[in-house]
Amino acid sequence: MSGKFFWSGNIAIAEGALRAGVKFYAGYPITPSSDLMEYMARELPKRGGVFIQGEDELSSINMVIGASIAGAKAMTATSGPGYSLMQEALGLAVMLEVPLVVVDVTRLGPSTGQATKSGQGDLMQARWGRHGDQYTVVYTASTPEEAYKIAIKTFNISEKLRVPVTFLIDELTAHLWETVRVPEDIEVIERRLTGTRTEFFDSDDPRIAPPMPILGKGLNVLYTSSTHDAYGYRKTQDPETHRRLVKRLKEKVVGNTREIFEYEVEGDPDGGEVGIVAFGSVARVAKETMGILEKEGIKASVLNLLTLWPMNYDLLKKFTENMDIIIVPEMNLGQLVYDIYQVRDRDTVYPYNKIGGGEPIYPRELARFIKEVMKR
Amino acid sequence: MKHPYLRYLRPENVPTVFCPGCGIGIVMKALFQAFDELGYETLERFVFVSGIGCSAWIPSPHILADSVHTLHGRAIPVATGIKLVKPNLNVLVIGGDGDIAGIGGNHLLHAARRNMDLMVIMINNQVYGMTGGQLAPTTPYGMKTTTTPYGNPEEPMDTCDIVASAGANYVARWTVGHYLQLKEAFKKALEKQGFRFVEAVSQCPSRVSSRIGLSPADHIKYYLKNSVDIKKADKLTLEERMVRIIVGEYADRDKPGYIERMRMVVGK
Repeated sequence: MSGKFFWSGNIAIAEGALRAGVKFYAGYPITPSSDLMEYMARELPKRGGVFIQGEDELSSINMVIGASIAGAKAMTATSGPGYSLMQEALGLAVMLEVPLVVVDVTRLGPSTGQATKSGQGDLMQARWGRHGDQYTVVYTASTPEEAYKIAIKTFNISEKLRVPVTFLIDELTAHLWETVRVPEDIEVIERRLTGTRTEFFDSDDPRIAPPMPILGKGLNVLYTSSTHDAYGYRKTQDPETHRRLVKRLKEKVVGNTREIFEYEVEGDPDGGEVGIVAFGSVARVAKETMGILEKEGIKASVLNLLTLWPMNYDLLKKFTENMDIIIVPEMNLGQLVYDIYQVRDRDTVYPYNKIGGGEPIYPRELARFIKEVMKR
Repeated sequence: MKHPYLRYLRPENVPTVFCPGCGIGIVMKALFQAFDELGYETLERFVFVSGIGCSAWIPSPHILADSVHTLHGRAIPVATGIKLVKPNLNVLVIGGDGDIAGIGGNHLLHAARRNMDLMVIMINNQVYGMTGGQLAPTTPYGMKTTTTPYGNPEEPMDTCDIVASAGANYVARWTVGHYLQLKEAFKKALEKQGFRFVEAVSQCPSRVSSRIGLSPADHIKYYLKNSVDIKKADKLTLEERMVRIIVGEYADRDKPGYIERMRMVVGK
């Protein structure tokens, strides 16, 4: 399938997932993700997959884990409260090395908050929501077209690294309808499987995920959420087994940052007066702001982050080091900005935070803030 | 001579880790005898799924088959995902009462309602055994546990009654003292489609029997003495229901399972 389509962000994600070969979806209705679920309920059975509505988010994510273990590319979509409920199971998926994709269509929290309005408050939760040391991958998108491509990338990385991946998409982008150009050729990575008894849970090179065993082949596979050795045997007393496993699970993600990392720069990446670092719908606002500033003779560049974890700090440093000031607009009270603080002196980093009512950060408003900051 | 049921066990994990006198061994033997009598030479076409708790350790790491040891309470949804992707595999969940009926109760209810093609074995020792013997939803009225030191004020849940009402194809409860009936229930459940639920009431020698001053053997005798056939259950008073064990088949139906119904509506 290729050509131009008129899709919302949520539909673009669903179509990207189908292009990537998703064969299982389990989910629970929650605004603003339900339309993605309804689309899958209709499309997945027609395209050789299985759809089921769970009794809650706990069941949905655990069904997804089971389906993936059984061999299907699997996903769910939810929003803040449901994503919170899924955290324990995402930790399980990290430990069992089960590939899956969770779409979190982000709304305004905390708690029920403003349930139909857009927000970006889930960034830190997506990175660190589980207990224990664990590393997963987080993507985002600022347009439906990006959402389509990133949806495929989430599956590719998830399958290749045997790791759960979260796709954060803010409500504004999820419900924005736009033309999406779908290319003819696009890389789809298939899972590495094994039908022989081998090390299912270890790898000499921690950056390479071990192959997944096929169920029902007499391999006597042991998947366990407890600390386990290369064959899945529980080793809950041995410190070395735990160190090796948990460090490998970290390295599998962090050691592949370059391959995982997706971003886009608009403007001059090598320096200027203003560097804006943003993600999701706010990155789009930032690009619009660039145009306003340019008319007034201010040279700005935008770093649109499509990967939010693991962070490519080298890239962040390179982008920010030759800018006079750095602006970090977010639809939260300041989460991404902490990454900038790691690579640059705080004195010239200016967060711009806006929450409430689903109001976007308007380009004029952001331009006004930047001009004001430049006078300081 | 090697015991014939050893072929269902991982040799490196024999003897098992269970406490001496635990009823789990009886449940395992009954299940293995059911496999044997049904002619399963290996368990290659089975996937066992478990959660957290002593009973969850039966398949993982003891049974020689594919197994997935998941989170507390979530074995049924994980098993559901596996079954929907691999409908030709037999997917069997084994867990305790806290795992299946307590924290996982909502999943149990809905899997039964869907008549999901799974078999669930719930081993009911009436407490949370692994964590030290705390109150469970199945603890009899008045029983002292570490979190009900003055006695349990709650009415215990009749899990079989709930699962049968929710729509499961097969539901039965026996105590480990009813070995032959338990084995027959396993056989029947293994041969059916849809949701099948077998509860085995089983003594916990470490957290219950020793506290109430019974040997494991006497505890089994106590269960037998306190059991009431389901056909006579209607005559029990509420007070009796809260402390007695109703045994027998709660449901035995042949409705289409979830997978068959899904194929009917999707049209393939």
